[in-house]
Amino acid sequence: MKPAANRLSLWLLLTPFLLWIVLLVLLPHLQMLRVSLQVRESWDTLEWGLQQYQNFFTESYYWRTFLRTGAMSLFTTFLTLIIAFPIAWYIARLARGRSKSVLFLACLIPFWASELVRTYGWMILLRESGLFSSWLQALGWVDGPVEMLYNDVAVIIGLVYNALLFMVVPLVTTLDGMDENLVEAGYDLGGGHGTVLREIVVPWAMPGIVSGCIVVFMLTLGSYLTPVLMGGKDSAWFTQQIFTQFITRFNWEQGAALGVLLLVLSSVIVWLGLKVSGQSLRKVMG
Amino acid sequence: MGMDSDLFCEGLVRRFGSHAAVDHIALDVPAGTFFSILGPSGCGKTTLLRLLAGFDKPDEGDIHIRGRRMNDVPPNRRPVNMVFQHLALFPTMSVGDNIGYGLKRRKVPVAERRKRVARVLEQVGLPGLENRDPQALSGGQRQRVALARCLVLEPTLLLLDEPLGALDLKLREQMKVELKHLQKQFGTTFVYITHDQSEAMVMSDQVAVMRDGRFNQVAPPEQLYREPATPFVAGFVGDNNRLRGELVSIKDNLAEMRLDDGCLVQGRVASEALQAGQRAELFIRPESLVFPGSAPASGFSSMQANVRTTLFDGANSRVEAENGGQPVYARLPQDGSAPRLAIDSTIQLAWDPVLARVFGADNP
Repeated sequence: MKPAANRLSLWLLLTPFLLWIVLLVLLPHLQMLRVSLQVRESWDTLEWGLQQYQNFFTESYYWRTFLRTGAMSLFTTFLTLIIAFPIAWYIARLARGRSKSVLFLACLIPFWASELVRTYGWMILLRESGLFSSWLQALGWVDGPVEMLYNDVAVIIGLVYNALLFMVVPLVTTLDGMDENLVEAGYDLGGGHGTVLREIVVPWAMPGIVSGCIVVFMLTLGSYLTPVLMGGKDSAWFTQQIFTQFITRFNWEQGAALGVLLLVLSSVIVWLGLKVSGQSLRKVMG
Repeated sequence: MGMDSDLFCEGLVRRFGSHAAVDHIALDVPAGTFFSILGPSGCGKTTLLRLLAGFDKPDEGDIHIRGRRMNDVPPNRRPVNMVFQHLALFPTMSVGDNIGYGLKRRKVPVAERRKRVARVLEQVGLPGLENRDPQALSGGQRQRVALARCLVLEPTLLLLDEPLGALDLKLREQMKVELKHLQKQFGTTFVYITHDQSEAMVMSDQVAVMRDGRFNQVAPPEQLYREPATPFVAGFVGDNNRLRGELVSIKDNLAEMRLDDGCLVQGRVASEALQAGQRAELFIRPESLVFPGSAPASGFSSMQANVRTTLFDGANSRVEAENGGQPVYARLPQDGSAPRLAIDSTIQLAWDPVLARVFGADNP
């Protein structure tokens, strides 16, 4: 092919991607940044200012929810990793042939239902008149109905459940590529189970762990339905506040500021995570 | 010898379903020996090595290392280390950390560890490479790091699972010699498995030829070559011609047999219970076949063969001929003594019967 034709086909291939980035990612965020920096003086005058950001730091309700959301998302990510690792290990290293694909499918099946339905599924199990409550009563372990919904534990259960697949897939991919002999060499040279896991398996799986953690963390931080439906009055999620500002209060300026802050928070935490684990984004994302 | 040897096994059996991958193996490897297990792929040699390393458990039999029974000792507590086929260097660690891994498990202090890593790297000819990434090394260097990683722990027994297989031919030849020198230098007992007979022959003090889970013969390389105990060993170790025929008579340890094309030839009796009239196989090496010209030397056997082609390969040049439908190879000396051979011409090939070995054909 001639260089000119080559360049043309490259541009043609890139166009949908560029449209996607510019129209759906870049422009809305720039617009949101602009809105967040405008202060409404009266119903028809706007001034540039940092009023909305100032509100965030002076209103303890805002930044407390913000920190809580960040901390709970980190905890959810960690918990998902702990649960997903043995599953991924089993699928990648121990399962063979048919059972491997069946197990993989089993992780995927919940995603055929929408997030809303999945969350309602948990509510059926956990609510006061739900399955778990009636089982506990039938077994005689509790006297009356037990409410397991509307608290932080319920929120975390729902979030972990929703995020599990996104942790399992990158882990299976990295563990699949690991030479079986590395583990054997680890034992052969005198290592115990803990040592082999810590010194050989985890360092090898690090790119998968980090990429899984990034995806799960972002997903959790930005989730809306699960915390709203399963959380109690005290377990407000930061996305709820953004929703409230935009839709209920019709205060777009404040909502935009909160949105920008959420973006900054997730970026900072992902960057910190990469620094701490000694990985680079290029290595992690393939 | 016996129970005090570095490695002593008796009646070792490992079954997969009804198939015995390792079938009543007995082993006795004295300290400081370079012991090779040679066999075609699928003969059970890797299974045997994994039993010795502790990655797998025998169904029957015992493994003793320096007199200690090892059957129930897990791999990380055995005084045994293994060089894997694909080396299995830890890709997330530097060369120094790879070698220091085992010392760290033994809680050797950092300073001492660093000293010992540096020393062993020097011994394998890679001084000062501690901080390199294993992937940045050449194939031969990685090989030496894998060796150093085991040798630094001063194991009683070093197991090697065809570690030279991945190297190119030239480097393999070089590593063969080097491995033998390193073994002598460290004095460690090596158990080396391979399907490459040249590797086994060049390096080993003792070679066990394995087939279908059993040892056919355990002997020094030269004996294996000159006095193979079974037709399989005769055919597997070194090049050999196999001539089929019928046994005519046995006299003074010499068997006379009639080849399928009618020639009457002689060879040494190699298996017991040979009887006149039974089918037999005569093995004669290409380099033992000579071109007698007009009259063979007295006592030599000879046969006729048709020249198919000549294969020039320097010192390994051979002529491919045919006798009664069976291919026969003879070495063509390159010192000018070999006759010029025209394709399809008939030649005489002769040999000293002492150099040929006759087995019963129904002998496995």
